[in-house]
Amino acid sequence: MNEQELIPHLFRTEFRKITAVLCKLFGIENVNVAEDIAGETFLSALETWPYKGVPENPVAWLYAVAKNKAKNLIIRNQVFHGKITPLIQQCDDGYEIEIDLSAKNIADSQLQMLFAICHPCIPVEAQIGLALRILCGFGIDEIANAFLTNKETINKRLFRAKEKLRSEKVAIEFPPENEINNRLQPVLTILYLLFNEGYYSESQDTVLRNDLCLEAMRLTYMLIDNKQTDQSDVNALLALMCFQASRFEARKNENGEMVLYDDQDESLWNRELITKGAYYSNRAAKGDSLSKYHLEANIAYWYTIKEDTAEKWENILHLFNQLLMSAYSPIAALNRTYALSKVRGNEAAILEAEKLNLSSNHFYFTLLGELYKDIDGEKAKKNLLKALQLAKSQADKQTIQVKIDRLLKS
Amino acid sequence: MDEYILIFRHEDGTKVASPEQLQIWMKQTMDWIGGIAAQNKFVSGTGLPFADSRVVGHNNVVTNGPFGDIKETIGGFIIVKAGSVDEAVEFAKGSPVLVGEGNTVEVRRIAKNDGSH
Repeated sequence: MNEQELIPHLFRTEFRKITAVLCKLFGIENVNVAEDIAGETFLSALETWPYKGVPENPVAWLYAVAKNKAKNLIIRNQVFHGKITPLIQQCDDGYEIEIDLSAKNIADSQLQMLFAICHPCIPVEAQIGLALRILCGFGIDEIANAFLTNKETINKRLFRAKEKLRSEKVAIEFPPENEINNRLQPVLTILYLLFNEGYYSESQDTVLRNDLCLEAMRLTYMLIDNKQTDQSDVNALLALMCFQASRFEARKNENGEMVLYDDQDESLWNRELITKGAYYSNRAAKGDSLSKYHLEANIAYWYTIKEDTAEKWENILHLFNQLLMSAYSPIAALNRTYALSKVRGNEAAILEAEKLNLSSNHFYFTLLGELYKDIDGEKAKKNLLKALQLAKSQADKQTIQVKIDRLLKS
Repeated sequence: MDEYILIFRHEDGTKVASPEQLQIWMKQTMDWIGGIAAQNKFVSGTGLPFADSRVVGHNNVVTNGPFGDIKETIGGFIIVKAGSVDEAVEFAKGSPVLVGEGNTVEVRRIAKNDGSH
């Protein structure tokens, strides 16, 4: 790796670690201070390395600089306020401050930050933003790009969320043993949404989208790596992510356009990720719990088998039935109806589709277009045109247009 | 939107079905309920197996069944959301329980906890 790539790379991997450890040390009310010190540390690297050369151990160099900056700040504050902060009080010598950047403390701090950020007092959107900024080291412009909005909106959103963390005095700590299960649920929701944001994002930036998914997987893996949070539904969530991510390369063509599942080149599916998905699926099967992540992971598993078999679609239908019984969502309702068409034929599926009451949803009309394709070409076309009219994103419009073109050709 | 309970009554609950037959019924029932859930109208439900069932009578006389005098036995129920009893009846008509002659689905509105019933 050359110097030009090195600093951005280290920023991606180390910024969040330094921020998490310092934030844990200073308390959530000083999250901005922690971010500033981490940022200044990288600024120092940018200023120093080109002249003095890259240090032998760049990570150790960054940690040393971050520690010094943190210590200086603590001492300076102490001088200003004329009082000894609790941080220094703990030490024999007032000026010896231990800042622990060991792997263990980094991992613990990041996990505890994850729980703090996913506190129910903050709106979900802001939770995702904070996670991206503090735990994934994303820049404000990158977050704005991922959400298809501007920097100002993101800045405001993060500012309000940090104020809330401060005013609610959210502690950076592991929830007590008996609360872990409850507190884990919003964390899993955020990781699930973070992954989906990358997987389904309308942003054209493929690298960024890929990174979002990988970050969500990394954070989920951190939970698995920790004994207290290595639970069945966490494993199921990671399995789901692995299965989905296995198609990342095959989902876009060289022009960045969406490639439909049926048209995907199977040889581009990542076998290693599919194997990993199976591994975590297995771990998720231990215990009695059957969360929506289990069901979705199972569905995603069947999608890793391209061949259309009766067994595949009967299983998918059964899983969507269960998923809908535990939690309704329009997209699950539409997918179930598609699976039903594979098991019982298009006519039976059309009857059920008409009861769904989703006539403002473009996926609904895309599905009807698909179901009518071999029955009534005129109706298929009418539905697809309606879908095209309702679709908002460029990617969705493109996908529907491909279907219309094919229909007209056949 | 009210909630209605659909109660499955089997004419003769003691009939023993083969595991294959049970599996087919299970699948049909899941598909039927899945169709209701896809409309966001499923609330909850459960099957009621005959194993570990008892009938407690007057003077606390406990019997294992058969359910004898009550000719029909309850095999399970689901609770759905519906705009009217007619809509709930339409849901009930799709129940695979009705494939068996003599079986019925009883549709009852669930009392709201607001004293309005």
